[in-house]
Amino acid sequence: MGPRSNSRSVGRSHDMLRLPSFRYLRPTTLHEALRMKSDAGPESTYVAGGTDLYPNMKRRQQEPKTVISLMEVPELKATEKRRNDGTVGTVLGASLTLSELSVLPSFRRSYPAVVQAAEFVSTPLLRNMGTLGGNLCLDTRCNYYDQTYEWRKAIDFCMKKDGHICWVAPSSPRCWAVTSSDLAPVMVALGAEYLLAGPVGERVVPAARFYNNDGINYLTKRPDEVLVEVRLPPAAPGAWDAVYHKLRRRGSFDFPVLGVAAWVQWEGEGEGDGNGDRVADARVVLGGVASWPQEIPEAATALRGSSLAPEAIAAAADAAYRPAKPMDNTDFDLSWRKQMTRVYVTRALAELAHRRSTTT
Amino acid sequence: MGSRKKKKTTERRKDGTGMQRQGRSECRVVGTALRKVDATAKVTGATRFADDLSLPRMLYAKLLRSPHPHARIIVIDASKARALPGVKAVLTGTDLPIPFGILPVSQDEHALALDKVRFVGDPVAAVAATSEEIATAALDLIDVQYEPLRAFPDAIDAVEHPDPSIHDYADAGNIHKLIDLEFGDVDAGFREADLVREDLFFFEGNTHLPMEQHAAAADWSPGGRLTVWSSTQTPHYVHRALAKVLELPAARIRVIACPNGGGFGGKSDPFSHEIVVAKLAVLTGRPIKITLTREEVFYCHRGRHPTLMWVKTGVKKDGAITGMHFKSLLDGGGYGSYGVASTYYTGALQTVTYPIPRYKFQGARAFTNKPPCGPKRGHGTPQPRFALEVHLDKVAEQLGMDPAELRLRHLVPPNSLTANWLRVGTMGLGRCIEKVVAGSEWKRRFKKLPHGQGIGLACSSYITGAGLPIYWNAMPHSGVQLKCDRGGGVTVFCGSTEIGQGSDSILAMIVAEVLGIDPGHIAVVTGDTDLTPVDLGSYSSRVTLMTGNAAIQAAERARDLIAPHAARKLEVPAERIVFADGRVFDVEQPEHGLGFAEAVQLAEAAEGTVGTVGSYTPPRSAGRYRGSGVGPSPAYSYSACVALVDVDPATGIVRVPKIWIAHDVGRVINAASVMGQIEGSVYMGLGEALMEEMAYRGNRNVVHKIPSLLEYKSPTTLEMCDVVTYVVEDPDPNGPFGAKECGQGPLLPVPPAVANAVYDAVGVRIDEVPITPEKVFKALRRKDKGEEPRFGPTRFPEIPWPEPTRVPPPWEGGDGTAVEQSVGRTVARHA
Amino acid sequence: MPDAKAKIALDVNGEPIEVAFAPHKTLLEVLREDLGLTGTKHGCELGECGTCTVLIDGTPVLSCLVLGLACAGRRVKTVEGMADGGVLHPLQEAFAELGAAQCGYCTPAFLLTADALLAETPRPAREQIKEALAGNLCRCTGYLKIYEAVELAAARMRGENAKPARETLYGQP
Repeated sequence: MGPRSNSRSVGRSHDMLRLPSFRYLRPTTLHEALRMKSDAGPESTYVAGGTDLYPNMKRRQQEPKTVISLMEVPELKATEKRRNDGTVGTVLGASLTLSELSVLPSFRRSYPAVVQAAEFVSTPLLRNMGTLGGNLCLDTRCNYYDQTYEWRKAIDFCMKKDGHICWVAPSSPRCWAVTSSDLAPVMVALGAEYLLAGPVGERVVPAARFYNNDGINYLTKRPDEVLVEVRLPPAAPGAWDAVYHKLRRRGSFDFPVLGVAAWVQWEGEGEGDGNGDRVADARVVLGGVASWPQEIPEAATALRGSSLAPEAIAAAADAAYRPAKPMDNTDFDLSWRKQMTRVYVTRALAELAHRRSTTT
Repeated sequence: MGSRKKKKTTERRKDGTGMQRQGRSECRVVGTALRKVDATAKVTGATRFADDLSLPRMLYAKLLRSPHPHARIIVIDASKARALPGVKAVLTGTDLPIPFGILPVSQDEHALALDKVRFVGDPVAAVAATSEEIATAALDLIDVQYEPLRAFPDAIDAVEHPDPSIHDYADAGNIHKLIDLEFGDVDAGFREADLVREDLFFFEGNTHLPMEQHAAAADWSPGGRLTVWSSTQTPHYVHRALAKVLELPAARIRVIACPNGGGFGGKSDPFSHEIVVAKLAVLTGRPIKITLTREEVFYCHRGRHPTLMWVKTGVKKDGAITGMHFKSLLDGGGYGSYGVASTYYTGALQTVTYPIPRYKFQGARAFTNKPPCGPKRGHGTPQPRFALEVHLDKVAEQLGMDPAELRLRHLVPPNSLTANWLRVGTMGLGRCIEKVVAGSEWKRRFKKLPHGQGIGLACSSYITGAGLPIYWNAMPHSGVQLKCDRGGGVTVFCGSTEIGQGSDSILAMIVAEVLGIDPGHIAVVTGDTDLTPVDLGSYSSRVTLMTGNAAIQAAERARDLIAPHAARKLEVPAERIVFADGRVFDVEQPEHGLGFAEAVQLAEAAEGTVGTVGSYTPPRSAGRYRGSGVGPSPAYSYSACVALVDVDPATGIVRVPKIWIAHDVGRVINAASVMGQIEGSVYMGLGEALMEEMAYRGNRNVVHKIPSLLEYKSPTTLEMCDVVTYVVEDPDPNGPFGAKECGQGPLLPVPPAVANAVYDAVGVRIDEVPITPEKVFKALRRKDKGEEPRFGPTRFPEIPWPEPTRVPPPWEGGDGTAVEQSVGRTVARHA
Repeated sequence: MPDAKAKIALDVNGEPIEVAFAPHKTLLEVLREDLGLTGTKHGCELGECGTCTVLIDGTPVLSCLVLGLACAGRRVKTVEGMADGGVLHPLQEAFAELGAAQCGYCTPAFLLTADALLAETPRPAREQIKEALAGNLCRCTGYLKIYEAVELAAARMRGENAKPARETLYGQP
């Protein structure tokens, strides 16, 4: 076997898994939060529900010296219908918990795909803690990375933390950790916008431009920016529709190994009263197959102008199947996961078609 | 019920048929659904589990574990760690050089690796410090130099490559154990058959996953006494291991088994952390505690062996088996653990369900560089049961028989001997099959459900305690002491260990029944080597039968001790004295009596302190050959299961909406506990059938792929199926009040029932557990392409089997001993 | 060097208390180690099992992922706070009666999650119970006795004179 090594066993906490020590700050205004972040510098991070950050800190995947809680910042708690480009859309504060999202008045009716995705996240207990913003900024995941320090040490770490290569694709220069957010694909599909606040002011970015296809730098958000709110397009019953389907081993706890968000805008006969019968535009976005929510423009092309007949759906599913490149970084066999792309895209689109046929 | 027949009690005991049998109507406590004695503590959070202990001046221990799957330790330098302020002691392998292990034949573990590490997670060093933070920092300062060795990720690799050897002892290369047993001429059996069928199966390893992480605490008194608290199922074996490794007299060690937050077999070995924490207490003179992380619990493992199996069976047209040849290859992981017994178990219980006139078993266990496998619920038998029951489903189909009918027609008769000399007593499998067949509307559904829906049936049997102890001795397997207080309370002392199965309550209920008192007046003290007589532990489904029989004996002796004094006071013959409803009275004039407390006082005044003992030793087993120690049991439980499944043909995803399970428990002691054990077994069997597996990355240093509660898939409420439970009673003379086990057996038929149902649903055979969507999907694609519609193993490796041990089955004469076949003659060979 | 302790005031099981602890400690650690409330258990400390569930302001959350500091001024309820003096909560009563607690390690978490469910939904359907408890793992019971105990307790809390079904305790005839 290999040459004699002088490897050093390194053990960390072997009792109850504990957080490392850090400074905990609780700003009560957005301005204060930004100032604290600026003062604390790069070795600091924001936290909302903590359900993503704290496990990562216990496993020493992240080791901030200062943690700044956003849960008492009132600007992040908004839920309102607001004029936006002359239409009424819904604004969701980033610190709404996922449980709060699903009980917002009339929200379930207006944005069923968002509620569906929120209710698919993890468990009821974690949804009581985890926030919308947290899920949208969820760290990318990989089962070479989401491990304790000792485990990662045993494989000489990986490039996402403490190491140099990506074990999923050892010859690759980049990290292939996978987006595991249920809400992000939905937001991209819906064409939602995110309001970010930073030291130099606010900016609004489309959801699709918030994400990078890189397991390490998976957000375009700068570390000192805060995701303040999500702006949803106006609800327009019958004019557009969206669904979210999720594949995972168990009905709770598990992150998606595949998420399919599909959005269609209807046009044609009955368009005026929300009963169009042709797809004017569409977006199909996959979660769990890349480091970002992967939009499949070819699928949209296949759907435009169709009435979501089975042939169009099959063409779109085929278009989604081809670029989907699941890697060996989640639960399940990756070739099966790729096969499932076709099935799940088909089912998501079929649900949209079915909903159309039952509402018209 | 009464104690009139004092003489007769003695006679019954002499004839070895156990304790008195009673109809349900005679029992007031046994058979009811009594609230468990520890129920209130458990629902209020008052139960103190091992990690809930906190002692003044307590130190914290942590273990440094190997990052290599297989390596020689060149040198360990702990000087920097020792110098860290707050560190009170650092241990390495040389501080605890004496090996230990649960089985006398495989004393191959060291508390801390001495010269080699054998899996990622093998403990290498330990630190005691005043805080966890300091202990953690100290681990960082220990330098270990390793020389990595070639690692073996699976059993076939280990079988095919003897070098470098993982241990310096083994039956051949990296094959830890080789077994070859032959009961009659199986080839002759195959020649008589109308159909001979061969199949290959694989059962992936999985783990217990108790919700409680293992924890242990230790305290050393300057007077020279050591106390160790641990979440262990086997305090007696921990006691022995501590005495051996620490070289302390057993008389100066007290082991207290805390209530276990789930065991399932995973806390049945003496563990490194228990020995380390004890040694550190001795060295530092301070109390100390260690709690393992969830990841470390995966490294303790001792779970289900991954097992590759080959089975060949000859049957007549009516399904009668003419001969069976069964081979198994177990992936043992890095150490022996219970592995030798596990290996025998993969061949032992095939014979107790359907008559097998000629039987051959070959079993092998390989060492590999993974956490050691051992006993998980069903110990070594769920794997062959899966193989056998799916195999029979295929046989039935080939014969054109209904699989339920095939089984019903060929049941091992009660009170019979099997080919491998197991003595079957009561046998309720037929009634179990009838229950689930009727309940599930089997005949209406089997082969008649729409594509994608299916129904499958499987049966099983399990031991009610092993007939032989783990280390050879002639002493009882279980002991009970009773103390009758003059206030009317009774305390039961027994070494058994409460792991959630309800063993403490069984003691209270049985003593209450015999003494005719309120179970609430009974205190139970268990699992403490200073206070309680030895019970071997909570494993092999032995506790109800063995502690129950010991408790009956102790309680009957108390009754016999008290009765004459009550009789004298009541001026009636002692034979007429009855104990019931908290009173001691004349059976012929029930109003003429005393309170139980008063009767105890009379006995105490006359005889002194009222205390008795009882003990239990299983009946001698029939087999006398080498290897016959695994399989015999005082009684076998039986289960039948029907599973209903939905298979999504587009994805291969299998859902199980409903399971019908019937279990022959002999006699119910606590009805609520029986239901809970059966339902819990079905749950665990469902997890094994569909999703649970110990997965490793062989290409990355043989690391556990998913040592976490998130990625090791334990079914949630949303995966659990509805369960319809039938409790079948046929009291077994060897069981207390006729009781047999129910905590393990009902797991066994679930995976094969699901596999058979998947076949009924979509026509593909998944000859491998867990039945994951990927496997079903692949098999469906093969079916579409016209290939064999199956997913499963395709080869069994060449194994250097030894010369078989030949034992004629009972119907071919002989006395259960092996014979040596040399030219032209037969010589008896005693084990 | 150990961090200076932080001190907070909060309400635990109906009693106002002040407690000081290292500022990076989780609520789980504060409850078990600084307040001696070991009824709250832990199975992974990563939010992957539900064993450490407590109620904060009536909402079930995982105490392993909540900072102690974040609980200042909050109402925390643990299993120790369920019984009313010497009288068990109807859920505790039903769990004990049906054997819904086997090893008992996950039991406090199930009790508290169910407590929150029944506070909002006095008459939960079986599916609602399953959904509500889907974040709590149990390895002993297969959950069935837990569902039945929640249903039994719910009925009693509604004032019904409910008794367990015969097949719950003895199986199908």
